[in-house]
Amino acid sequence: MARDRHRLRRRETAMGYFFISPWIIGLLVFMAGPLVASGYLSLTNYNLLTPPTFVGLQNYRTMLSDPNFWQALQVTFYYAVLSVPLDLMIALGMALLLNQRVRFMRWFRTIFYLPALLPPVAISVLWNWILNPQYGILNEALGFLGLPQPQWLLAPQWTVPAYVVMSIWGVGTWMVIFLAGLQNVPQQLYEAAVLDGAGIGRKFWNITLPMISPVLFFDLVMGIVGAFSYFTQAYVLGQGVGNGAGVSNAGLFYSLYLYQKGFSELQMGYASALGWVLCFIVLMMSLLVFKSSALWVYYGGGDRS
Amino acid sequence: MMALASRAEQESASRRARRSRQATDRLGRAVVYLMLVGTSVCFLIPLFWLVTSALKSSDEIFVFPQVWIPHPAEWGNFTRALTTLPFGRFALNTFVIAGLTTLGNVFSSAMVAYGFSRFRFPGRRVLFLVMLATLMVPGQILLVPQFILFYKLGWINSFAPLTVPAFFGSAFYIFLIRQFFMGIPAELTDAAYIDGANEWAIFLRIYVPLSKPALTAVAVFSFQGAWNDFLAPLIYLNSQKLYTLQLGLSEFQGIFHTQWNLIMAASTVIMLPMVVIFFLAQRYFIQGILMSGVQG
Repeated sequence: MARDRHRLRRRETAMGYFFISPWIIGLLVFMAGPLVASGYLSLTNYNLLTPPTFVGLQNYRTMLSDPNFWQALQVTFYYAVLSVPLDLMIALGMALLLNQRVRFMRWFRTIFYLPALLPPVAISVLWNWILNPQYGILNEALGFLGLPQPQWLLAPQWTVPAYVVMSIWGVGTWMVIFLAGLQNVPQQLYEAAVLDGAGIGRKFWNITLPMISPVLFFDLVMGIVGAFSYFTQAYVLGQGVGNGAGVSNAGLFYSLYLYQKGFSELQMGYASALGWVLCFIVLMMSLLVFKSSALWVYYGGGDRS
Repeated sequence: MMALASRAEQESASRRARRSRQATDRLGRAVVYLMLVGTSVCFLIPLFWLVTSALKSSDEIFVFPQVWIPHPAEWGNFTRALTTLPFGRFALNTFVIAGLTTLGNVFSSAMVAYGFSRFRFPGRRVLFLVMLATLMVPGQILLVPQFILFYKLGWINSFAPLTVPAFFGSAFYIFLIRQFFMGIPAELTDAAYIDGANEWAIFLRIYVPLSKPALTAVAVFSFQGAWNDFLAPLIYLNSQKLYTLQLGLSEFQGIFHTQWNLIMAASTVIMLPMVVIFFLAQRYFIQGILMSGVQG
């Protein structure tokens, strides 16, 4: 009997490992191995054609005095600081509108969400035309409203704002997540608040916002990580302008710089070091949001960890 | 008497209050609809402009102020745009890559999810946590070392680097499917087990059919991801005959950078399949986002 159970357990272990084996192999070959290799490569000079030469921390030191590295950090942070709060607010506003038990809700949701799933290259190409200072509809609309018409991607100080404007068109995913969060808020809370004489503003600040704060938290982390992996739009719109990153590198996003170093200039060691710094920054930012979340994220009921 | 009067007064007061509430409700509704329609127009204008620009002649595209309805509509732009570069070939390549990726992701992720949800074995918890942790690793850090790996394997300039990794499962999809598998009652599988079905049979005949919604969501996401991907094809595919649609479009823009009508025509065609898939499978898109977003 005992031996039987023992055999059964051994069999279960074997079956378990058999079924998860694809993932374990993938983890070792495509992730763990490359991660270790990347750590080593970041300490070398390597151009793919000759063997890597060990240079210690030289790559990281070079970074400190590399103006393009600082430019990339600045562009990426500037974009994140502008776009993440703006996009989240707009997405939340749209979700609040859709949550008013309106008719044709599915149609509106479809329209708002559609741009979020279109190919980023096609979106970038389209926005390149929309943002055209002379013939684009954005400046035509601004002119119609009597507002100033910036040069957008042709002016360094307007390049990042141009990317931010473009990002608004893709807030659909966040909106869908917010909408689900809103629909999980128990109706009794609102009914009780109405009995207590709360208006729209009070209901929003004291019920809606605390109840969806976990969703907001998730989106904030994702938004910051997203800014650091922002590549396709930066590549397509930077193409053919300056060094491929907009006028005076005003559109040099971090991932684009990493790509340029690794794959245009074949500085694989330096690109690996850039990758580790990116990893570190993303980790720090996530930790910061995570640590601060105790102050402003409300987990109701405690059944969610 | 007094009681009666005050009751009547109360009633009329409450009726008045209700009526005014109804009026503000109706006003509120009108404002909500107005904002919804306004936002919808703002979201649709870029797409509308995409299509009208695609149909304009090379002169009309630079007419200012805008011509909203092109006259005459230049349908020839589409054939011109799509034959200048071999977009048919690009479409086929993209389809093969996206198809293989989807197949690999769905099958392998379901298999691993089955392993994690059905069996208890030493190390399961730790491995599952490791899997969740890998979701936090930014892809950029793997870009260079993975490229070197595929370079050493001789896979550069082939579809292999884009498709083979999918056959080893993807942490995010494994997580989604596993959440779904956990909801399948044990009685179902126990009965099959007693009937002599082996683990493969239980996986393929019970778990997979019961999880169609989750598997479809994963398939749709995986296909969309591969169809829209740009960075990986950019790094791994060098010869034009292997290009994907996104790569082709990016190159097209570089070559014809002022012929906006042709560029818009090509973009329209490349967006179209995603729009169609979205309308066919909207339910699964929304479901997939919810599974990831709410539980994440």
